[in-house]
Amino acid sequence: MSKLRSNFAIWTLLVLIFGGAAQVVGQEIKSMEAFHSATIAYPKFMVDNLWILIATALVFIMHLGFATLETGLTRQKNTVNILFKNLFIISTGLITYALTGFNTMYPGDFNGFLAIGGPLASPALDDVATMTSAYADYTYWSDFIFQAMFAATAATIVSGAVAERVKLNGFMIYATILVAFFYPIAGSWKWGGGWLDQMGFHDFAGSSIVHAFGGFSALAAVLFLGPRLGKYTPTGEIRPVLGHSMPMATIGVFLLWLGWFGFNGGSVLSADPGQVSLVFVTTTLAAAAGCLAAIFTSSFYLKKPDITMALNGILAGLVGITAGADSVTWIGAIAIGAIAGIVVVFAIVFIDHAKIDDPVGAVSVHGICGIWGTVAVGLFSTNPAHSLGIQVFGTLTYALFAFIASSILVLIIKYTIGIRVGAEEEDEGLDLGEHGQPAYADFQHINN
Amino acid sequence: MYKIEAYLRPSALEEVQKGLGDLGIAGMSVTEIRGFGRQRGHREVYRGAEYRIDFVPKIKIEVIVKESDRDPAVDAIVQAAKTGKVGDGKVFVLPVGEAVRIRTGETGDAAL
Repeated sequence: MSKLRSNFAIWTLLVLIFGGAAQVVGQEIKSMEAFHSATIAYPKFMVDNLWILIATALVFIMHLGFATLETGLTRQKNTVNILFKNLFIISTGLITYALTGFNTMYPGDFNGFLAIGGPLASPALDDVATMTSAYADYTYWSDFIFQAMFAATAATIVSGAVAERVKLNGFMIYATILVAFFYPIAGSWKWGGGWLDQMGFHDFAGSSIVHAFGGFSALAAVLFLGPRLGKYTPTGEIRPVLGHSMPMATIGVFLLWLGWFGFNGGSVLSADPGQVSLVFVTTTLAAAAGCLAAIFTSSFYLKKPDITMALNGILAGLVGITAGADSVTWIGAIAIGAIAGIVVVFAIVFIDHAKIDDPVGAVSVHGICGIWGTVAVGLFSTNPAHSLGIQVFGTLTYALFAFIASSILVLIIKYTIGIRVGAEEEDEGLDLGEHGQPAYADFQHINN
Repeated sequence: MYKIEAYLRPSALEEVQKGLGDLGIAGMSVTEIRGFGRQRGHREVYRGAEYRIDFVPKIKIEVIVKESDRDPAVDAIVQAAKTGKVGDGKVFVLPVGEAVRIRTGETGDAAL
């Protein structure tokens, strides 16, 4: 009896709570507009805001992806150092973004070029201007934490390229300044409503702002750092330095692929059903096309289906689709991803033959494919407002700015505290040299 | 007494161990090594750059046998390790001056 009574009570309660909603649901929906106007504002805000927070957590896990990818594609003796750098970058990225980065990148009204921002505000939880849809489809806190998670990505891209020879303290200073100032300044030009935004430049989730920026920062860093010892012999031979764990690298790429649902899906900046689901489809089809294209390209051009190329192909497709994930068709997404997957294989081989030592292919994946993805918006976008000329101009602006800013930063560090470890330490491995601890105590290969 | 040193494919280990065991030979040592013989190494490609694997993974087994076991042991190893393809390996036989069994102090054939 008592069970029956409590069931009755619950049903009564449900009818009372959802009575209003039930009336809406009961109506026949005749158009999209009618559906939207029938939606209740507060639940919509909750869903939008929750999606941004889930997306934030997905972007966070990309940092584990970068960490394991970089670890897998380098040697055992530098593993602790790589993991350490990745831990440092996410941490310094979040703190500096709170202190200055967020307000530098989103300064509100500004001259369009430069406004160094102050620290994060501290609005109360009942503040209508920042905690309701008066602010956006998400709260001020969600806005900050989602963008903060993005910020550290740019510096993480550099970490892989300079691996196995960069001096730890020099790199920590480099990464901190890059993520605290240069990334948010460049980001403000588009996402902060700056001059490139006003020109009509389109970069949905950051093919240029995050990836080309990171990739060309990495190129400058690698050029001034020099190749790893033994990579290029005095007689002009190119010696490959084999990564030590393909399982680690593969785990990393799967994590990055997963995280990208948040990176691109969250960049819709609401839980808009149509847009978020379109972005999921374009993002993941581009990744799959990039993988297949890189497998075919490496099988024919390099004679073997190289797994590291397949992994880079997935990332190339993801980087490529990031600028236009919201504004291309699914067929366009496959084309963008496939071209990225082909380009990345040739780019990696070309850069290696140019004696530029990039152990993980960061310049090719993020730099070259970041440019490709941004340009591709001008070619494949279904939005007639997107112009090829402005896309080319915008992405080259980001590549050039990142290259120059990173060059200045690396050169200053190089001639003050030093950017590269000594030859003896490089030979012994940075794990022992910088940290005094091997990654795999008692299991380590003698030459690796 | 003789020492038999055999450089073999890693996959041959189990059959060789069985072959020697069937002869009643008690005790052998195995080491994982890398090396090349007449076959040299082979070429591979990593991320577009060619490299040679000169030292391919092999195993080395070491067995000390009394004189009467020498030829049957060598035959057993050759029979067990032979695939007929390049890279099967080699067997070397060396004379041994003395042997001492540490626990009992026995010497010569009795120590084996």
